[in-house]
Order: sequence, then C-alpha cells, then structure tokens
Amino acid sequence: MTDFHTQTLAELSRGLENGDFTSLQLTEALLQRISAHNDKLNAFITITADEALAAAVRADAARAGGSAGVLNGLPIIHKDIFCTRGVKTSCGSKMLDNFISPYDATVVAKLQQAGAVVLGKANMDEFAMGSSNETSFYGAVKNPWDLECSPGGSSGGSSAAVAARFAPAATGTDTGGSIRQPAALTGTVGIKPTYGRVSRYGMIAFASSLDQAGVITRSAEDAACMLGVMAGFDERDSTSIDQPVPDYTAAIGKSIKGLRVGIVRQHFDVGLEAETGARVKDAIAMLESLGATTVEVDLPNLDLSVPAYYVVAPAECSSNLSRFDGVRFGHRAENAEDLLDLYCRSRGEGFGDEVKRRILTGAYVLSAGYYDAYYLKAQQVRQLIADDFKRAFADVDVIAGPTTPAPAFKLGDKFNDPITMYLNDVYTIGANLAGLPAMSVPCGFVKDLPVGLHLVGSHFSEATLLQCAHQYQQQTEFHQACPEDFQ
Amino acid sequence: MSLDKDQVQHIAMLARLKLSDEEYAENVKKLSKIVEFVDQLSSADTDGVVPMAHPLDAAQRLRPDAVTDINERDRFQENAPAVSDGLYLVPKVIE
Repeated sequence: MTDFHTQTLAELSRGLENGDFTSLQLTEALLQRISAHNDKLNAFITITADEALAAAVRADAARAGGSAGVLNGLPIIHKDIFCTRGVKTSCGSKMLDNFISPYDATVVAKLQQAGAVVLGKANMDEFAMGSSNETSFYGAVKNPWDLECSPGGSSGGSSAAVAARFAPAATGTDTGGSIRQPAALTGTVGIKPTYGRVSRYGMIAFASSLDQAGVITRSAEDAACMLGVMAGFDERDSTSIDQPVPDYTAAIGKSIKGLRVGIVRQHFDVGLEAETGARVKDAIAMLESLGATTVEVDLPNLDLSVPAYYVVAPAECSSNLSRFDGVRFGHRAENAEDLLDLYCRSRGEGFGDEVKRRILTGAYVLSAGYYDAYYLKAQQVRQLIADDFKRAFADVDVIAGPTTPAPAFKLGDKFNDPITMYLNDVYTIGANLAGLPAMSVPCGFVKDLPVGLHLVGSHFSEATLLQCAHQYQQQTEFHQACPEDFQ
Repeated sequence: MSLDKDQVQHIAMLARLKLSDEEYAENVKKLSKIVEFVDQLSSADTDGVVPMAHPLDAAQRLRPDAVTDINERDRFQENAPAVSDGLYLVPKVIE
C-alpha cells in the first residue's frame, strides 16, 4: 500500500475498480506524502486535506453505490488560477491572498463531477506571468530533480507536484508555454489543447486570446483521460468552441506508422543547447523507428513570435487586470485619501514586480500614438505566424522539436533579466499565438535534468499528439524516472 | 527606443499603479529593454496583412437575452473589503 505515489492515474483507477484499496486510503497516503515532502518544494499554496478526505469518502460511497465517474476517487491538484468554491484562490498574488472563490471554474466542476479528489491548490507564478515560478507571492517552487533549480513556470507548482509524485495529475494553464515548459523541466507530460477546447470560465484571465487550460501528468495515457473530462463546450466561455470531444483514450493505442512529422530547421539553429538538441533528435529518430516519416518544414517568422507575444500578452493583461481595483474583492490599501489613491495604492501594493512590469508594458503599447506600431503590428505578425503553421500542416501531421532551449536553470539565474527569461519560451509561444494544441513529453536527461520533446498539431488534433506521445512512451522509460529524493 | 521617467510615470498613471522611486528607476531600465526588444516587430513586412482577430477565425457567439443566473449578491460581497446595505463602499467621490 505504500507505493500509491508511483502509480499513474490509469493504474490507480484499476486498483480502485478492483477494490484493492479505497479512495480514502489513497487520499490519506498522498496527503501524508505531501505533508512530509512539500516543505522541500513549496509546490502548494493551499493543501485542502479536509475537503479531500470528505471527497474521498463520497467517492468510495459512489463506487459502492455503482455510480462511479471516470475519475472516481482519483487524487488531483489544481493550479491556484482555477476558482474553487469556498477555497482560497490566490493566483499566486498578494492581490488575491484573501480571496475565497464564491464559485467553481468549469474545469473544476467537470473534474469534480467525474469524481476526482482535489488534494490542494498548486503554487504558480503571480497571475501566471513568469517562466520560473519565482514571481509567486508565496515564494519560488523548487525542482524535484535539483532543489537549486526552477521547476519552470507558470505552472511550476503543478509540474513539481506531479514530478515529486504528490499526485498523478495536476491542472495547469498555458499562455505562452506555462504548461509545456514546466513539464519539460520536470520530466512530466504537459498538454495545452487548442484555443477554445477547454473552458476558460473561472480560470483567472491573463491574456484572453492566448490562455488555455490543460494538464500535467506523467503519462500521455493519463493526459488523455484528464483532457477527455476537461474538454468540451461551455456556454459560460464566449470563446469556447462547440465541437464534440473525441475519445482520446481510445485514440492513443493506434500505431503512428505513416505519421508525417515536421522538423523545423530554425529550431536547431543558434540558441539550442547541444545536448538538449541531441536528446530531441534521438526522440525524433525513435518516432521514425515506429514508422513515422520526417519532413523538413519552414516557419520563417518564428523569430518574431517572442516579440509579438510580449506585445499581445501584456496588452491583454493590462486590460484584464484592471478589474483588481480594491473595491469589490482582493487587496485594498488602508486609509486611502480618495478613490484614485485607493486604486493606485491597492494595485501598487497588491501586485508584484513582474505583474506591474507587464501591466505597464501593456498600457504603453495600447496608449495613444503607439497602438498601431505595437499592438496592431503584433496582431499582423501573429497572423503571419499562424499562416506559417497552416502552410506547414498541409504537409505534416505534427511538428516535433525541443520544448525549451536547455534543461532547468538555477533559481535566480534569469530572474533579473526579463528578456533572457522571455526567450525561454521561444519554442512554445508560436502554438499560443496560432491557437494550436501542443504538448511536451519527457525524452531524456542532460546532466541528470530532464529534457522535453515538443509536439505541435493543427487545430483540434489533440488525439494525434496524445497518440504520438503514448506510442513513444511505450518504447521509452524517461517518464518513469523518479527524482532521487522522491522515490 | 528607450523610455524616460516621465513616460513611465504617465503609463503608471494610465494603469493606476502607484510605484516607489526605486520601482520607477527599475522600470525605466527594464521597460526600455522590453520596448527595444519588441521593436524587432517593425522589421516584419506586414503590408496588406489583416491583423488576427481570433486564432480560429471564430465569430463572437451571442446568447439569448434571458435571465439565467440567480442574484447572489450577498454571497459575492463576502469578498468585498467594505460594503453597506448591499453597496460597495469607496472613499467619498462627491463633496
């Protein structure tokens, strides 16, 4: 019974179904593991032990009563960006340190209806703005593979928790790479679906035209299972797409013989650390040995994706975050002189440095006289990048490459230089700009730190990505490797 | 292009952010770097390119104009820093 943490969602599900153990036993064991090891990682903002135990009891009763959902009794973690009714939802910010959400995000409600047991709320970069988890008001999360390294961000608590085997799955959100980059840096699987595939209702907004919810797991099979529950139309999200959700779990078993894999020449140019590139090339060779064919593709505007992103994302963030004004909820400055002082000081005190910087950048690029040169231009460049992908997907089914330029970096290394930090997302941002599904799959190690293989597909091709990842994982064991301190 | 303190003060006011002197100094430096970085965009030839409005070219969906949610004002106001009789309190606006 002590090896619950080593099992995947699929394995635990079979154990529960067979009656080998109860959800209560499983939940108790993982909560114990979290309380023993979380101090090393700081992966949680809130641990919801009481709620989890109560949910486990309900799940066991539901199973006994013959009404078990797909995830009945299975433990998961939510990134603290998802609103959870009656539970603090901070978004990693002092601004929302006192916020108890009065409602559930659609993702939260769907997973709950499927029977999942929520162990807690994961730490994250403040308002999801960061690539290292260092911008969190609650302190940086540490990488289970090396406690001096960053687990990536913004879903750094989610990735660290899954890598440390606190739970088999954790939700995440991805605006420029915030699921895939932390997944790569912690040796986990992370998928960001097509824009509009998963509801954004109750997911605290950063950049609404780029934000998408997804999941971090250890296997592609588990990601398929989670995504199947999370995806689907939601009338409460005006950008939700009304399309049927395929059976991802059924799709992953098929061979990838004949799959056309695109290789982007620019991905392997300057900037990519050599050994990381070598692991990625090995992974692509493995896909070929499974029957995939490779085709060279060209994304000529790739270099412009990071600058375009750092106009569009801050612009939308400055607009979205205007709701935090110290009046209706969130942090409020004391003894304000007047209404303007209340706004300015509540926001000045409630937001951290990186969030302020992005709000200021956004206000600047949207301000009179600069809108055409920056925001409009960036949206045009975004169209060029989307067109590049469209052309590429005429010839290939997926594009494969590195998720990040190098393995996990040391905490503090990039923190003072925003541009270096921003460039960590050079391979992932394109998928957000074009609204494409993408995922990261563990594909080896460089100096004992994990490396991720990045897969991008055309709109609504999540099943193909998961299939490709699952077939790869049938031949490799990188996703089963466990950090030494967390065996 | 680099920004000066006046410009940062102007956008901080637009964004309703009170910054300390230290924060101004830091942001003049870092925002200048960011603006210089995104200036790369000007090198792109975008003549005749229609700016992206939606990544999937989807149109904005409309819903019937009908009441679907019940009024839960009291519960929602539990998160408010100051309320009275169902109203949010702010410093005096009109003398």
